Amino acid sequence: MSEQKIFEVTINETGVTYRCRSDESLLHGMERLGKRGIPSGCRGGGCGVCKVEVVCGDYVARTMSCDHVSDDDRCHHRLLACKVYPTSDVTVEVIGKMRKNVCR
Amino acid sequence: MAMSGVMRPGHACVRMLDLDEAVHFYRDVLGLQETGRDKQGRVYFKGWDERDHNSFVIRQADKAGLDFFGFRVLDVATLNKLDSDLRAFGVATERIPAGDMLETGERVRFESPSGHLYELYAEKTHVGNGMPLVNPGPWPDAAEHGIAPFRMDHALLYGPNVAKTKEIFTQVLGFRVVEYVEGPGGAGPAAFFMSCSHKAHDLAIVEYPEPGKLHHISFRLDSWEKVLRAADLMGRNKVPIDIGPTRHGVTRGTTIYAWDRSGNRFETFCGSYEPYPDWQPIKWTWEEFGHGLDYPTGKLHETFLSVVT
Ligand code: FES
Ligand SMILES: [Fe+2]
Repeated sequence: MSEQKIFEVTINETGVTYRCRSDESLLHGMERLGKRGIPSGCRGGGCGVCKVEVVCGDYVARTMSCDHVSDDDRCHHRLLACKVYPTSDVTVEVIGKMRKNVCR
Repeated sequence: MAMSGVMRPGHACVRMLDLDEAVHFYRDVLGLQETGRDKQGRVYFKGWDERDHNSFVIRQADKAGLDFFGFRVLDVATLNKLDSDLRAFGVATERIPAGDMLETGERVRFESPSGHLYELYAEKTHVGNGMPLVNPGPWPDAAEHGIAPFRMDHALLYGPNVAKTKEIFTQVLGFRVVEYVEGPGGAGPAAFFMSCSHKAHDLAIVEYPEPGKLHHISFRLDSWEKVLRAADLMGRNKVPIDIGPTRHGVTRGTTIYAWDRSGNRFETFCGSYEPYPDWQPIKWTWEEFGHGLDYPTGKLHETFLSVVT
């Protein structure tokens, strides 16, 4: 079993920081501590609302939908926060949007 | 009411980002029964009280969402008639041969103006609910495995042109609108809840700019107690919950919306009511739709409107 570590995550726009375990996603870590900033949806890598750009730091990315993350996105660290697990302190920028229903 | 024509939702085929994880989730957390795997790698499930071979099918894919949603019709003559009725209405149809899906007869497939693939079929093998047809008990052991919904019940799908899509279901396939939601500022109906049976809804559709989206597949439980038990099991298994446990105003069902491991929303629900075909539809205004969604809080949850696969 690999040792669980704790890293600091910073959300660039707002300066919000929180401590995220290496065995939880950036989104899960944020929610567990009641922090805000990254939009939250399915938590399964399917809906795309939690998209961030990791502007600095290292991570492991798990399976996510190609509807929302292209190969180019991956190269540029544009990923779904619910499937990104930190392996160092990281800084992210929020780029996902809650897409609006026509009803709004 | 006598039931003929289209009888019921019969299968949903949904895409998974990690098939093994999804099989574990649907079999052991949701508590469906695995009934087979086909050459394409699709895995088949049913709810414990369903008698047909399968109602929920998953496959490995690189994105989440819905492949197709199918309805069982009364018999082959009905299938052929509805196929020609669809074509006469200007809807292109395609035949998929028997056996493409396990234990399932020939399917008639069409694409709705909302960008969804719908299917009709007349035959699927009877495998029963684990109890005999003579002197059965009330429920089998499988009724307590996982959340254990007794059937796949309905779908809510998001896409454009819901008014045109509704016309196909009501004018050709014999559905009726049981409830609907007016859009903001007199924009016309934004959502239809339609029934082909005694249920308040067999299919619901919501206006949305992107075609072919899945909002949720719903699985039915038989008491509010079991909805609360489902919530306990979701907590224990760290299943992300969207809304609930609560009660919808629309259709009056008690409900939990949650997401599977690939981000597809599903519902575990109970209750609702049993409308007759002569009943007038119920309307929800946009201003009050928060209560339509979540009756106790009246909150128009952002995720309901914008998180789909
Ligand atoms: S919350 Fe849906 S993809 Fe991350
Ligand atoms: Fe539903």
